[in-house]
Formats: sequence, structure tokens, C-alpha cells
Amino acid sequence: MISIVDYGVGNIQAIFNIYKRLNISVKIARTAEELAGAERVILPGVGSFDWAMARLNNSGMRGTLDDLVLSKGRPVLGICVGLQMIAKRSDEGSLEGLGWIDAEVKKFDRAELSQSAYLPHMGWNDVEPRCQECLFKDIGGMGRFYFLHSYYFAPKDQKTILGVTQYAGPFASCVRAENICGVQFHPEKSHQWGIQLLKNFAEL
Amino acid sequence: MLRPRITPCLLVKNGGLVKTVNFDNPKYVGDPINAVKIFNEKEVDEIMVVDIDASVHQKKPDYVLIKNLAAECRMPLCYGGGVKTVEQVGEIISLGVEKVAISSAAIANPDLIAKAAEVVGSQSIVVVMDVKKVEAREPYEIFIHNGTKGTGLNPVEFAKAAEHLGAGELVINSIDCDGLMRGYDLQLARRVRDVTNLPITVLGGAGSLKDIATLIELLGTVGAAAGSLFVFKGSYRAVLINYPSRSEKDAMVPRARQAVFDATQCNA
Repeated sequence: MISIVDYGVGNIQAIFNIYKRLNISVKIARTAEELAGAERVILPGVGSFDWAMARLNNSGMRGTLDDLVLSKGRPVLGICVGLQMIAKRSDEGSLEGLGWIDAEVKKFDRAELSQSAYLPHMGWNDVEPRCQECLFKDIGGMGRFYFLHSYYFAPKDQKTILGVTQYAGPFASCVRAENICGVQFHPEKSHQWGIQLLKNFAEL
Repeated sequence: MLRPRITPCLLVKNGGLVKTVNFDNPKYVGDPINAVKIFNEKEVDEIMVVDIDASVHQKKPDYVLIKNLAAECRMPLCYGGGVKTVEQVGEIISLGVEKVAISSAAIANPDLIAKAAEVVGSQSIVVVMDVKKVEAREPYEIFIHNGTKGTGLNPVEFAKAAEHLGAGELVINSIDCDGLMRGYDLQLARRVRDVTNLPITVLGGAGSLKDIATLIELLGTVGAAAGSLFVFKGSYRAVLINYPSRSEKDAMVPRARQAVFDATQCNA
């Protein structure tokens, strides 16, 4: 059973529908009780860092979530801002992140962008997998995914980087440290590539 | 490589999908949810849905429709129509929409752009400019309320202001070219492109994949949006939802971007 954390941020229903169609058991968790016992967790997110962090902190699920991920080692997948929240801090806000991975969230540097690269990074871009197994299994090399962000996840340990995307140089578009995974793109909005990635997460 | 976005733009009126010509004569073309289902199968890059009644009739966004659209979309969704407050922007994002388009309200009260961006992040704030050629003045002017009310604002100047305030994307919609399917107003697109570092999306006038390819040739990674092109087929404008295949899209990404600027293609 996959539990999608619904703290009022992000596209819960689209993720839910994809798992339903895949015949993978899924539920939406809105309270600590509903979240407790989750075998796998999806942490979605859109919006600004502080806005999402504040909502998660006030959702009543924060403690349960930390416990599932850090103590029980349940697989978790952060999506977009949900990935960024896994870091310790963000250039975008002042609230503390979840800090599950030693990383910070940085703003793309306008000065480093070429003339024809605009911000936000918006649209379909390639993800070069560092490993064809786990999350990128059966995606067939470079997958195309939808991005919508101006900040990126910068992990301290380069070994956690599972997928790389080029925009103003390479950045980590997919990371994994043991049970903790995250993607900067929106798999729930990335057609067949995203569906396959969500399926792979369910089989981790 | 970041690819150009090819975006169907669907207009909603009284809960049904319509298509207009020069912002007038709405023709019923189908059910929005059904259209989204078909576009899912066609793997569209993203989709934009605009409720053209909401602003004019001072209606609030239709949250039920938005929620249903967001749940159905397997591609990113941008919603516009009747959005006037920061709270509404937050509510729409909470329903699972990726981007919120603000038009009249952003023009009447540009500060809304800044406030909304602060809450949901710039990347989710799209400012739509409906633009008409006005010969008497500096060639272009922003209009509101479905193209019926002039604002005296120049889209090039407003684009700069919107970026400064924290918009994440600009949509330039040519009222003159809307529904005519004779090509985009490339001159207008070029002018706005030259003054901003935001992603832009051009809407109004696309009648063929060639028109889209021409826009991409000119501006590189750009959003090419279209209404009629993706809902009508043939000279009798029979309603048939269509969209280029992946290989057709790939063929439109030029290898060498030799920008040939051919002034106004739109013969409005």
C-alpha cells in the first residue's frame, strides 16, 4: 500500500489515479492516524518552499512522517517541492527543511544561464539516469519529464544523485539515499515516463 | 535539452468548451473533461484552460470544474479565468493545478502578481496579456474583458513590469489573430521575447504545424499555444481533437536555429 501525504499541497489526485489505473494499492493520508503504518510514502508538493513546509508542519503528520522515514526506513518519494523539502534549507525561504538528506536548495544562477535559457525552468527536459535499475527501470535511457521550478536540490554527497538534467549546467533531478528518494520533475504529469517511474517506486 | 512546449488552449463557457474568432462568436466544441481525456492519450506537453465567462461576469473560479480537470490531466495544467485574489490562487494550486493564469486582475492590480508569487512561488504564476493592434498609438495595446476594454497599456512595458513583480511565465494572446488560423503575430512575440527573461507562450493564430515550427524557429524554446488548430480539422472546421505526434514534435525542433524574421505573418 502506497500512502500519498495530503497536506493541502500538490497534485494528490493525479498520483492517486495513476496508481489506481496500474492496479497498485494506494490511499490518501490526511491525518497522522491515516498515515501511520504506511508501507511507502509519496510526498507531493507545488508552491513555494515556506508555504509547503508550513502546511506540512501544521498538518499533524510531521512526526509520523519523520518516524516512518527515519526510524522505520519506509521508502519515500518526494516530488518537486516535496523533494526540496527533504533538504536542510532552501534559498527560497527561511523555514527549516525536513533534513532527511544533507542538501540545500539553491536558486538557478541567472548569470550562468545562457541567453536563451529562461527562468523558471519550465517544460519537458531529459533525465539522464545514473542507474538503469530501481527508479529508472524500463524507462529506456533518457526519459522525458516535466519540470516547473526555479530552485534545485544540491546534495552534499554526489553519490545520492540518481538522475541528472541539463539546464544552466547539470543539476540533480533525481536523488536517492537508501529509502529516501526524490524527483524534481512531476512524474504524475509526465505521461508514460512518469507512470513507469511511479510504478518503479511501488516496486522498490 | 529543454524542448518547446506545444500547448492546446481550451476555452470554457457555461461549462462547455468553445472556440472563438477574434474573441467573438463562441462555437461549442465539446465537453472539457472529455477533451482532456483525449489530450492525455495524445501525450500533450501541457494544457491551458481558460474560463472566458468568469472575469466578464464577475464570477468566481469554478472550483469543482478545476478539481475535476486537475485530477484528469496527466499533463501539466494551467487554469485561468476569474482569478482575482491571492486566496483564489492558493486554492487553485491546492486543487492540483500547476499554474494559475491571471489576466484582468493582474492588469488592474499588478501587486497581485507579487503577492501571489510570494505564496505559491513564481513558477506557478502566469500573466496573460490579450493584445490588439491599435494603429493610432504605439502599435499594440492590452485589452481586458474578452477583448472589449482597452487599457492603454503597452504589452512590452507590461511584460517587463510583470517579470519584475515575480511572474513566472507570460502568455501573449493576439486578439487580432485569434481563430483565424493564419499564423502567429510574430512581430508581437519577438517584441515581448526581447524584453524578458521569463518563459513566454504565444497564443492566437496558429493554423498549422508549420506556423508552430515558424515560431520555434524564431524564438527557440518557447511555448506555442493554439486553440482552433487542435480542435478543428479541415476547411469546414469539423470538431476533431488532434495533436502532433512525438516524432512530428521532434521534427519541429530546429537543429540550427537560423532565425528568419518575417514580420507580421498574421494577416489580420
